Amino acid sequence: MSRFSKPLIILVLAGLAGSALAFDNFKGLGRPATPAEIKAWDIDVRPDFKGLPKGAGNVDLGAEVFEARCASCHGSFGESNEVFTPLVGGTTKDDIKTGRVKSLQDGSAPQRTTLMKVATISTLFDYINRAMPWTEPKSLKPDEVYGILAYLLNLAEIVPADFELSDRNIAEVQQRMPNRNGMTTDHGMWPGKGIGNGGRPDVRNTACMHNCKKEVQLVSTLPDYAADAHGNLAEQNREVGQARGKVTGAPAEKAATEPLSENARVSQLASATGCMACHGVNNKIVGPGYNEVIAKYKGQADAEARLTQKVKAGGAGVWGSVPMPPHPQLSERVFTK
Amino acid sequence: MTDQRQKTGRLRLAPENFLSEEEVAAVASQGASGRRDFLRKSFMAAASAMAAPVVAHAADGDPNILGNPPWTTSLGLPVAANPYGMPSKYERNLVRRESPGLTRVSAASVAFTPLQGLFGIITPSGLHFERHHQGWHDVDPSKHRLMINGSEPGFLKQAKVYTMDDIMRLPSVSRIHFIECGANTGMEWGNVAVPTVQYSHGMLSCSEFTGVPLRLILEDCGVDFKKCRYILAEGADGSSMTRTIPMEMVESGEVLVAYGMNGEMLRPENGYPLRLVVPGVQGVSWVKWLRRIEVGDKPYATKDEAVHYIDLMPDGLHRQYTSIQECKSVITTPSGGQMLLDTGFYNVTGLAWSGRGKITRVDVSFDGGINWKTARLETPVLSKALTRFNIDWIWDGKPAILQSRAIDETGYVQPTYGQLRAVRGTKSIYHNNAIQSWKVSETGEVSNVQVL
Ligand code: HEC
Repeated sequence: MSRFSKPLIILVLAGLAGSALAFDNFKGLGRPATPAEIKAWDIDVRPDFKGLPKGAGNVDLGAEVFEARCASCHGSFGESNEVFTPLVGGTTKDDIKTGRVKSLQDGSAPQRTTLMKVATISTLFDYINRAMPWTEPKSLKPDEVYGILAYLLNLAEIVPADFELSDRNIAEVQQRMPNRNGMTTDHGMWPGKGIGNGGRPDVRNTACMHNCKKEVQLVSTLPDYAADAHGNLAEQNREVGQARGKVTGAPAEKAATEPLSENARVSQLASATGCMACHGVNNKIVGPGYNEVIAKYKGQADAEARLTQKVKAGGAGVWGSVPMPPHPQLSERVFTK
Repeated sequence: MTDQRQKTGRLRLAPENFLSEEEVAAVASQGASGRRDFLRKSFMAAASAMAAPVVAHAADGDPNILGNPPWTTSLGLPVAANPYGMPSKYERNLVRRESPGLTRVSAASVAFTPLQGLFGIITPSGLHFERHHQGWHDVDPSKHRLMINGSEPGFLKQAKVYTMDDIMRLPSVSRIHFIECGANTGMEWGNVAVPTVQYSHGMLSCSEFTGVPLRLILEDCGVDFKKCRYILAEGADGSSMTRTIPMEMVESGEVLVAYGMNGEMLRPENGYPLRLVVPGVQGVSWVKWLRRIEVGDKPYATKDEAVHYIDLMPDGLHRQYTSIQECKSVITTPSGGQMLLDTGFYNVTGLAWSGRGKITRVDVSFDGGINWKTARLETPVLSKALTRFNIDWIWDGKPAILQSRAIDETGYVQPTYGQLRAVRGTKSIYHNNAIQSWKVSETGEVSNVQVL
């Protein structure tokens, strides 16, 4: 033992460990991925722009694509709060200079928009490219994603109206992101070494057992509206055992569930075709509930034809301000089933 | 007569909401004797409202004993009448539910687990909470693939593709772990917002997961662990959810590529046929419908680590890459929205868990945190799994505030709302692990309250 120096022993052990991790350990399982397969799936874009596809798109192109593919849910100016929180708003010229969104610091923002929070422009490119439009993800071309992003950045006055965003200038635009300096990793909640403060918790409690405080400071109780907002709690608890649920908000819920069975056919069809994403059966989510639709069009001889037309073409104005995206993939057969 | 009826165990004591505020005040003002009189009267009222046989047989005993019920006097159903068994029809109340108004569209939403009715530590698969960003699919396992590649080609010897057949032939392990959404209890950061433990803590489940340690698969591809200190996990759904995970967790062998859950395949809502299991880390990292792992040298700042799942601090900065679910506990019975049946003995029960390891102790307070008693921990007590605790309680009919406080093997003690808010404010949405308080009023009603 003493004949070997310490570093040498460590080297030998490391060598053994290395051989234990021999590659290709499971005969017959797994096969090489082809370059085309990797290209098809490896679409992620990192903050240092590794993975960013080549391309370009200007604000005008973006405005056009956004209106056609995104505005139905996010509003023409990314301002809509009806399907999701607004994409744009709440950032200032000053924020672009400092890289810190002021309204996050003074708490003046009524809600946080996407552009108020996001520090990395790569995140938006990656996400729109992989996940939007919500009902037809991965259908955009890279140039369209560049254009949409240019349009959103222009709405927030981060780039001018004649701007063309591309893989060549995106790093410069990163330097204008309003909240680019708004992130911190100084915390103990990353389960690894690369990020954070090494796992040190930020709050310390002690396990006092007796006379731990003089009085109980009760600072919040359930508001009445919240008690009833979750339906009848008696119907959400077991009817045998240590306790029962309290009867709350019962009549409304009962009434609402009745028509469901009558309309089971509609409900089945709607969920099967993905319509339930925006229309509830009994309640209005974004579009009207299906029972509202049935009530409105009931007794109209041409109702079926008109609904068919409307769902296929998309439309706005009958129920409120949010237009419905077209669903050209639905066949006539689905509507008359 | 009243005593006799109470003993039969036939009557539903203390019907819900049977007291108005004025009645409570009137009863309370008469002290203990007034309350007894009141209870007796209401039991009699309840009794007379019930079926006649109760009254007729009450003197002799319980009609459920004196007259055999139909299931004792007739033939039952044959085997396999339900080829896939379902819970009793009497259990219909315990289902996953959405919290109205929390999200605007149900395909980017949450359905909460009914913790108020569950026992032990395993969540029935059909009640496992759901969180989807772009709806769920029932993915055809014969068409599902897992790809391993590198952000640089040189980061591994061979990028590979595995079929489900391949993955299910690899050496497997089964482990019990909790999964909690980072936003669990998020609605309660500033004030009480929801009535029951289902909505306050129900983005929490615990299952036995079966799968392959990801380390084995990365080794099989010859990954350069020195250069690659991060992985990116990606899903096969429309959102193609992506999350960064530290390589340390993969190397420890605890990150699994899982296909099994509670003895069967994963449910579609939980990622069938393949999901990542990242013990102790918030649910969003447990990528469902897992289709790709990229090994790399830098974190990715994906949408759900750069726009959401970032914690807003009082100074306006957002904490990024907060992943560990810190030590937390909650009493599940009695809990918000429930009514206690009567005074007397109760088995107060709840759940404790920590993303940093095992639970070592849970204390329970009945007076809002002035005095504490140590609860019984039930077995098994496993690392990064739910742990069930129980403690005896005799309710004397007086108001009480119930709390539980968990301690994990690192010595970390679950914090109070006051302590948590002093550091993180009230707007961070994520990672609320404060001590939960349930107030029991004289009527037996249990409600959600916050104590500093
Ligand atoms: C059918 C409705 C719909 C359409 C059309 C749609 N989106 Fe979305 N979008 C959503 C929903 C819902 C979310 C939230 C998804 C989630 O919870 O992960 C979202 C999220 C986003 C986000 C992330 C916002 C944030 O703060 O997390 C961006 C950016 C976005 N959409 C851009 C677009 C763009 C660009 C288009 C058009 C190409 C588009 N969306 C089309 C519904 C839609």
